This record gives sequence, structure tokens and C-alpha cells, in this order.
Amino acid sequence: MIVAEDLNVEVVAADRKVWSGAASIVIARTPEGEIGIMPGHEPVLGLLVAGPVTVRSTGGEAVVVAVSGGFLSVSENQIAILAEQAELAGEIDVAAAQADLDALDEDGDGAARWAQARLDVAASR
Amino acid sequence: MGAQIRELRQRIRSVESIKKITRAQELIATSRIARAQQYAEAARPYSQALVRAMEAAAERARLDNPLLEGVENPRRSAILVVTSDGGFAGAYSANVIRQSEALAGLLREQGQETVPYVVGRKGVSWFTFRGRELGGQYLGFTGRPSYADARGIADDLLEAINTPTEEGGVDEIHIVSTHFRNMVTQQVRARRLFPIMVEDVPEELHQAEAGAARTDNGGSAGSSNGRPARTDVLPLYEFEPSADEVLDALLPQYAGNLVYTALLDAAASEWAARRRAMKNATDNAGELQETLTRQSNSARQAEITQEISEIVGGADALAAAGSE
Repeated sequence: MIVAEDLNVEVVAADRKVWSGAASIVIARTPEGEIGIMPGHEPVLGLLVAGPVTVRSTGGEAVVVAVSGGFLSVSENQIAILAEQAELAGEIDVAAAQADLDALDEDGDGAARWAQARLDVAASR
Repeated sequence: MGAQIRELRQRIRSVESIKKITRAQELIATSRIARAQQYAEAARPYSQALVRAMEAAAERARLDNPLLEGVENPRRSAILVVTSDGGFAGAYSANVIRQSEALAGLLREQGQETVPYVVGRKGVSWFTFRGRELGGQYLGFTGRPSYADARGIADDLLEAINTPTEEGGVDEIHIVSTHFRNMVTQQVRARRLFPIMVEDVPEELHQAEAGAARTDNGGSAGSSNGRPARTDVLPLYEFEPSADEVLDALLPQYAGNLVYTALLDAAASEWAARRRAMKNATDNAGELQETLTRQSNSARQAEITQEISEIVGGADALAAAGSE
């Protein structure tokens, strides 16, 4: 029986570390649906789609991060979320995201999905 | 005589203002090195996690990706040449270009064509002046590259390597950039980005998994690249949705990250080269200023001496005329 410890979470964008800390659960979106990871989870290397990643920190607060895709790796309670672009819900500039979305065609392009993900996360904060 | 002093003073003034400018450039460059290093530091967690994930995925996926395997007889190579946009950086860009030409020569000897992809205005003008055809040119960010810049370059390179060679694609991607070792030493390096040189250890694990229960023959064939064998074993990852798909998604990110770190490294080197060039210029201006001041002083002294001897001569002449 694995003793439930805290998850050690790192959310990393290509050019900076967005968030790191201890958490009790991490919920992310993979191409096949949502995945929730709690302490003691088996090692996973999964793809992420653009959208929100929710990290419930041990303090009880929910940290929501918008990611542009990327992937997630879990091993021995170490979780790394790697996205080329990632922004904390509080950091998102709604006007800029909307402008990005308007400038792009809504054909499911990566940049458009990233803009939409930011808007969705910002709307739910 | 008076004209010479005036000219010297003019030159002293102009040298002084040049010195002020180069000194300011030196200070700016010094602060930019620190900032470029901070950016490189900030990008490190991503690189490390990415490499770990790559190792895990590459070990389990089928290795028939052109980025991993390469082709038997590469016929065309892309060379990404990272130079600077601005001058005033000594031989920074020239060194990179020289190295890239050496690499291109080497590849040509092996029967490959080379396609330069050039970052930085200096490099672009060097290549276009010689009428070389460029695979791509990227301007305006060498001092402060962003991830989006690197992404754009990586996308172009990946497109080239994924295009069949017959249709103008490339088989290999090389990069020539400057590595920042410390404030005084920067080193031009030429590396192959793709196909990735697969490490030996996963290979051996593969064979072990395949059930070949032969003993390791002292690494006589294996560890040829001089890397120490890794002892930590990767966890047995569950792949979501599959190892192949994860690897396919990882490779472009990995390419972007490689280009990004190379650009950041080059940016720090560029500022360090600029700082050194500007420091030398400032020192030289100081020396010149000193020499010119000496010359001007001695010219002034000569003028005074001459005036005195003229007065004395004149007085003597008057005295001699009066006593007659």
C-alpha cells in the first residue's frame, strides 16, 4: 500500500517556470478525456490538449493554468506539466486573448485553440 | 602653430565623445549579459523535463521517425547559422560564419549539399552578398530571442526535414552557434540537431528487453561517444494515448527547445562579445586621448617658448639699437 503523500507539481512553459508546489490532485485534459492524478499514481507520460489544468494545492486552493498543449509526466509523485505556452488564470490578458482569437481563423489551429483556452480559463476564474 | 593646437583639441574632443559612447555601449552590454543568462536559466526546467520525457518515450516507441533515425545516405543538410543583428561585437558574427563555412565544406566533401538558414542581419548580408541561396532568414531578435522566434525557426527546419529530399527537403539539420562559457570565453560550436544522436544506453536496454541474454562485452562497441553509462533507471511509464503519439508530439517541442536554448546561449555570447569589443574601444580611446593631450600640451609649450624667445630676441635687438 502506497502511503499517500503530497504531489510535487511543476508547471513549466518553454521560457519559464509557471507554478510549482505541493498538491493533492491534478486534473488535466488529454486527447482521450480528462485525467485526474492523485498521490501514488502509476508513472504516466501523456499528451495534453489546449485547455485548463487544475492543480489543487495542499493548502486547499485551486490553481488553474491555461496550457497550449504539451504533455504531462508523472513518476513517484513528481508531476511535470510541460507546455510551450502556459499562463496562470490570474495572468491571462482577456483582451489580448480575444484579439488573438479574432485575428485567427477559427479552424482549430493551434494558436486559435490556445487563445480559446485562455479565454475559457479566464471566464471561469 | 596655433592651428595645430586647435586641430589637436578638436580631435581630443571627438575621441572623448566616442569614448563616452563606447563606454555606454559596454555598460549596456554588461547588463544584457546578465539578463540573457537569466532567460537561459528560466528555460532550463523545461529543457530538463523535456529531455527526461524524450528518453522515456524514445525507449518505448518505434524508431522510424526521420528525426531519430536519419537516412542512409544524407544528400542535403540544413545549417542554422546564428549570427547577430547588430555590429560592434568584434568578430562574433565572423567567427560563426567561418565555422559554418568549414562545416559546409566538410559536408560537401561527404557529397552533401548545404542549405543555410541564417539568423541575424550580419549573417544574412554576408550570405546574400555572395549570392548564396538561403533556406530561411530570421531578423530582429538576436539580442533578446523569444520562444515564438525559436518556434518559427524550428517549424521551418522540421518542415524541411519532413519534405522528401527530391522535393527540396533536407536529411540532416546542423546548427552553428556560439556557446557562452563565461564572461571571457565564448566558443563557436557546430552540432547536429537532427537526426538525434541516440544514446547507447536505451539501445542496450532495447536489446536486453528483446531477450538477448548475452553479457555486456565491456562496452567495446557501445559507449563510443564517451558518455558515462547512466545508472538511474527510467520509470516504466504508461503512455497516454501511446508511446508513438507521445514521441511524435514531443519531437517538435524538443526541436523548438533546442533552437530556443541555442538562441539564448548565442544572445548571451553576443552581448559578451559586444561588451569586450566596446571595452577595448573605450580603452583605446582613453589611450588615444592621453597621447593627443600630450601632443597638444607640448605644442602649446613650444608655442610659448617660441613667443618668449621672440620677445627676448626683440628686447635684445632694441637694447642693442639703443646703446649705439
